[in-house]
This record gives sequence, C-alpha cells and structure tokens, in this order.
Amino acid sequence: MDGTSFDLITVASTFIGGLFVDPFIAFYDRPDKLIQIVSQGLSAGVMYSLVALGFVVIFKASGVFNFAQGIMVVFAGLTVVSLIEIGVPAIAAVLLAIVVMGAMAFAIERMVLRPLVNQPGIILFMATIGLAFFLEGFGQTIFGADPKPVPIDALAIPDGKFKILGDVFRKPVRIYQLDLTALIAGGLMVAGIIVFLNRTKIGRALRAVADDNQAALSVGIPLPFIWVVVWTLSGLVAIFAGVMWGAQSQAGFSLAVIALKALPVLILGGFTSVPGAILGGMIIGVTEKLAEFYWRGVLGDGVEQWIGYVIALIILLFRPQGLFGEKIIERV
Amino acid sequence: MTMKRLTLAAAVAAVAASGAVSGALTTAQAEDGIYIPLLTYRTGAFADSGTPIANGMSDYFALLNARDGGINGVKLVVEECETGYKTDVGVECYERTKTKGAVVYNPYSTGITNAIIPKTNGDKIPVLSMGYGLTPAADGRVFPWVFNLPTTYWSQASVFVKYVADQEGGMDKLKGKTIGLIHLDHPYGKEPIPTLEALSATHGFDFVTYPVPPKTMQDQRSTWEKIDSDEPDWLFMWGWGAMNPTAMKGAVDVDFPMERFIGVWWSGNESDVRDAGEKAAGYLAGDFHGVGDGWPLFKDLRDQVVGKDGSQTPDSMVGETLYNRGVFNAVVVSEAIRTAQGKFGNRAITGEEMRWGLENIVLDNARLDALGLAGFTNPINVTCQDHEGSHPVYLKKWDGAKWEKSTEWIEPMQDVVRPLIEEEAAKIAAERGLATNNCSS
Repeated sequence: MDGTSFDLITVASTFIGGLFVDPFIAFYDRPDKLIQIVSQGLSAGVMYSLVALGFVVIFKASGVFNFAQGIMVVFAGLTVVSLIEIGVPAIAAVLLAIVVMGAMAFAIERMVLRPLVNQPGIILFMATIGLAFFLEGFGQTIFGADPKPVPIDALAIPDGKFKILGDVFRKPVRIYQLDLTALIAGGLMVAGIIVFLNRTKIGRALRAVADDNQAALSVGIPLPFIWVVVWTLSGLVAIFAGVMWGAQSQAGFSLAVIALKALPVLILGGFTSVPGAILGGMIIGVTEKLAEFYWRGVLGDGVEQWIGYVIALIILLFRPQGLFGEKIIERV
Repeated sequence: MTMKRLTLAAAVAAVAASGAVSGALTTAQAEDGIYIPLLTYRTGAFADSGTPIANGMSDYFALLNARDGGINGVKLVVEECETGYKTDVGVECYERTKTKGAVVYNPYSTGITNAIIPKTNGDKIPVLSMGYGLTPAADGRVFPWVFNLPTTYWSQASVFVKYVADQEGGMDKLKGKTIGLIHLDHPYGKEPIPTLEALSATHGFDFVTYPVPPKTMQDQRSTWEKIDSDEPDWLFMWGWGAMNPTAMKGAVDVDFPMERFIGVWWSGNESDVRDAGEKAAGYLAGDFHGVGDGWPLFKDLRDQVVGKDGSQTPDSMVGETLYNRGVFNAVVVSEAIRTAQGKFGNRAITGEEMRWGLENIVLDNARLDALGLAGFTNPINVTCQDHEGSHPVYLKKWDGAKWEKSTEWIEPMQDVVRPLIEEEAAKIAAERGLATNNCSS
C-alpha cells in the first residue's frame, strides 16, 4: 500500500468515525451535556418558530412572502425598549408598540399592498424587500444604530437559571428561566393565534381570503381590512419575538439576520401551517445545536449556520410543500 | 395633500435623515487646512463600539480647532466616512477621500486596514492602525507606511500568557494547562492565533479556538456550551461590537470563572460589561491607555466641545474606554502633524511628511504632561524599524460597576514576538515583492 492510499484511508476513517462513532460515544459519556444541548436547541427552536409564525400568518392570508419580517421583529423590539428607556412604564410601552405595529400594518396596506393588488406574487415579494430596506434605514433614524439592552427587570422577564440533576450527572443541567418564559409565553401566543384563526369570525374570513381572495371579495369580505389584521397580528408576534431575542443578547439591527434563520423552518414546516412553524422550529433548533456541538469536528466550525438549510433542501426533495404545508394541486 | 404625496414626503424625509446619520461626504479638502478623513462606523452591528471612538477623535480635533486655532495656526479639516465596519465600503471611502489631500488614515477595522495597506506605497499616505490591524506591519523596514503603535495584538497575547503564568506560579506551570480563545471569525479575531500557537508549542499548554461568526455573533450558546464542556483553564477573548456583551452573558450562563477570562483591549469597553454588571465582576481586559476622565484634557473637552454644536458625545461617554481611545488616537495624529511641521514648516503637510512625523513622533512623559495627559499612557518611541513604538500593556478588572487598574505595565515577550513579526513581515515581503528599507539613514 503506498503512502497516498494510506493517507486517504486515514482521512476517510477519521471522517467516518467523527460522523458516526465519536458523537455517540460523547452522548454516552456526558448525557448531561446531551440534555443541555437538546434543551438549548428547543429554546432556539422556540425563537425561530416565533419569527416563522410571523411569516406564516401573512403568507397564509395573502400569499405574500414578507421578506421584511426580520426587520419588523427588530423594529418592534426596539420600539418597546426605546419607549421604556424614555420612561414609559413597561406595560404601556408594550401597548404603545402594538399601536405602532398596527399603524405600520395600516400604512403598509395603503402604500404597498393596495397599489399592487392582483399583481403576481413575485412583485409583492420584491415590494417587501424594498420595505425591509426602508424599515432598516427609517428604524436607524428613529432608534439610532446602537444595539440596546432589553430592560428585563422592567418587563418582568426572569433571567436566572435552575440547575437540575446535579446529583445524577457529573455536572448539573442548566435550565434558563428566559427560555422557559419564551416557551410558555410562546405556547400561549400560538394557542391564541390558532383559536383566533379557527374560532373567530375574522379568523374564518381570513382563511377564506387565503383560499380565494376573489371569491372572498364576492361574498363581502373586505380584503384591505383582512390585510391590516394579518399584518397587525404578525406585528404582535414580532413584538414578542423582538423582546425575547433581544433579551438573550441585545435588541439591535443585526438581529434581522438571525431572524432569517426562520427560512429553513418555513421550508420544513410549510409556509401555511402554524403547527408546522412550531414543530419545524424545534427540529431545526435541536438539529443545529446538536450538529454544532457534536459534529463540528468533521463538518467544520459554524455548521449550525447551514445545517438547517440542508435539512430543508432534503425535505423539499420529498415533500415540496413541507412537512405540514398544504399540497397544491393545479388542474389544467 | 393626498395620501400618495404624504407617503412620498415621509420617504424623502426618512432617506434624507438616514443620509445625515451615515455621514455623507462633503466637499472638504486639503486647501482648507490639514485634511483628515475618518473612516467611522456609527451604524450597523458594530456601532456600539465604533461610535465612542468616532466621538473621541472628532471631539479632540474640534478642541484643537476651537482652543488653539488648529495646529500651529493651520486648521484641521475632519471628514467622516461611514463604513459600517464593512471592508468593501471602507475601501470605497479610502478611494473617495485620498485625492482630497488626506494626510493619514485611521480605518478602525483590521479588514479595512489589511485591504488598504497594499495601496499605501503607491498613494504615499500613511495608515495609523492604533492597536489593531496587521501585526507584522510593526516591522517598519517592510511596511514604511503603516504604524500600529503603541502595541500590537501579538504583544498583547504574549502579555496575557505572561499574566497567566504569573498567576499559575511560573512559566513552567503552563505545561498541561489549556488556554482557549473565543474570537470573532474575521481577520481581526484571528490575529493573535500565530503568537498563541507559538507560545503553546514553546511552553507546553494546549491552545483551543472558539470562532464566532460575525453574522450570528448575538447567538453564541453553542460556543459557550463547547467552552463549558472543554473546561479550559483560562479563556482569552478577541471580540468586537455586539459579540462582547453577548459573550459576557454566555460566560455568566455557563458559570465560567470571570477572574480567568481576559479580553483584548477591544473587549474592554464599559458597554461590553455593563449589561452583565456584577455578574461579570472579576473579568479582565488589556489596555494601553487610561480609563476615566481624571486628566485636565477631559476638562477642556467638556468645557469647549462636548455638548456644543458639532459634537455627538453625550456627557456620560467622556472618560469611557473607547471614547478615550478615540481621543488618544487623535492625540497621536495631531502630535505627528506637529512633529512633521517642526521639520517641514507650519503649513498643511502632505502624506509623505506625515509619515515622517509618525516615525519621529515624541510622546514622552513631559509631552503627555503638557497635553494634560500625564500618566495616561506609556511613552511612545517609534523608530524606522519598530512601528509598534511602545509595547507594554496593563490589565484592568471590572468590579461590577467600573474598571479598575489590576496590574502594572507588563512588558511583552519581545524575544518571542519580535522574531515572529520579522519572520512574517519577510514572508509577506517575499510574496508581494515588497522592497525592504534597511533603515540606515
């Protein structure tokens, strides 16, 4: 056997070992760490789901893929933080932020969506790209470019951690109160949205518009009103997502990039499925964190940046509509 | 007014306002005085770090114009160009301003610095990358147009290792220890790696890196779990912008011992640790100048510039680490101009004359005292060979509310660092076909 063949065999065995053997040995050696990483993945997944939910709500009702959702999350988070900074009580700041996002929804409907009604979806998508750039520049003018710390005390967001299973494993597993808050509050928000969409008159109208806006118009459902409602709803989700994302680090414009990590979640879960956004977020979050921790040795640093897209692409091969999306059958 | 007109008016107003924020270039140039372009970033993910530096530099130049009528009667014409810490935009700023008679560039980005260094020989405009940039540029024989005084990343990395050895009981006690480096995955963040690898090989400690991609620097949980799992004995940080406060939160989350966590001088601003507050108490950071406003110069700045038209500095920012660094940078620029004027005459100097000024700058204790900055920094003595000029670094400690000086000035391991600098500079010279000055004249 020559030297080159030997080198190739060594590299191949190292790679295969790093991919299929070493991580599983690590699972066995440090189960505490495995639990820790999975819990972090779930936590990241909740955050992705929250952003994805904003996309889904708008897409479901209007067929518009809102590229500006990420910057809306930043805008909403910074609105709350800035209002608290100037002395507005936290509850009032959140309520005012809802008003701001409602006003933004109204303005977007009047200035962006209404003039483009009945245009192809790609035109509306392009319009939301423009909207994203506008909101970024406008936001930096209003809020300044500096990232701002989220006043978690004022917002009554707990920031501590619980340490559990310390007597079972070598090191205790840490459960962060911030993650638990996001999980519980996010769950309530999702439940609220599902009830709203399925049990209220506006929700039913919204679904009718989603199915066929011409038919919906013909039975008297006001399209502009529905659009304002869904964009406001998406703004509500954005407020929550912006505050919770910001609480993990700082509220600033660079969060808009992280928000785009919701894209593979949408591909995985389906663009029209609320449960899909939730489950997709969890799957992507856990996979990313596991890959980054256990497989970075063979797949390289920063594997969590792209592994979600790989999973989404694989899903696309087999289920183009995503795991939970509605299969579109067009007859000719 | 119709809704459409209102919309257009709002859009125009917003675009105009954001243009003002991004520091659009004016028509200022050298014929009005000494032209100093400042490549700043007051917007984007790194604005938190870029803004106080930009304020410190602008305020000091404004003070010289207001208090002294410029330098030796020649006004300073200062113009900001917003880079957003993006290398391509920084290079564009360089190209747009160099023809206006620029005497020096302060890029405040290792990426931008590295990109414009190859242009300096032809354009004959010096680059002052104060405490950042390409470390081998400290070899003035290969890089005559680049000055990275008063000390470099490699010197600082060796100071950190010296400090660790001191805490562990001697250099021989480093064997078997593990030192980690959490760093921005960017040319800047990778700068100390060659030195730390060399020292790891020499002194027998394990060296592990934890890169943080700039795009997701606000989501570092996986990185901190890895650090928690590896349990390095010591951890160094080369972070910038929003990476720093996020890393502090990560360290707190995994209970990393703060007294074993040491940040580069770019990870030692108040905004980096303020959010973590008392939870970050014990965290250490390197520095090469004083922190606080206890020097007479800062009184002048408050009396004549801060709070007046043209200054963007809130009073609370005066004395903070990065504001002071901006002021110090402007002091070095202005003292180099003064030095050049001493040789070439009290007039608007050229880039070539500025290069001479930087290489012959005199910033000793007497001069620092005269500037109202006694003891603010270690005296600087640049030579043709050594563009680093000073070398020592001290460590400061966050006590939960403010920085406190934790060590005296620590001399770097020059026996390790200088040969590495010369070796790497020679390698770059060979690769790029750069002429080497023997510094004999």
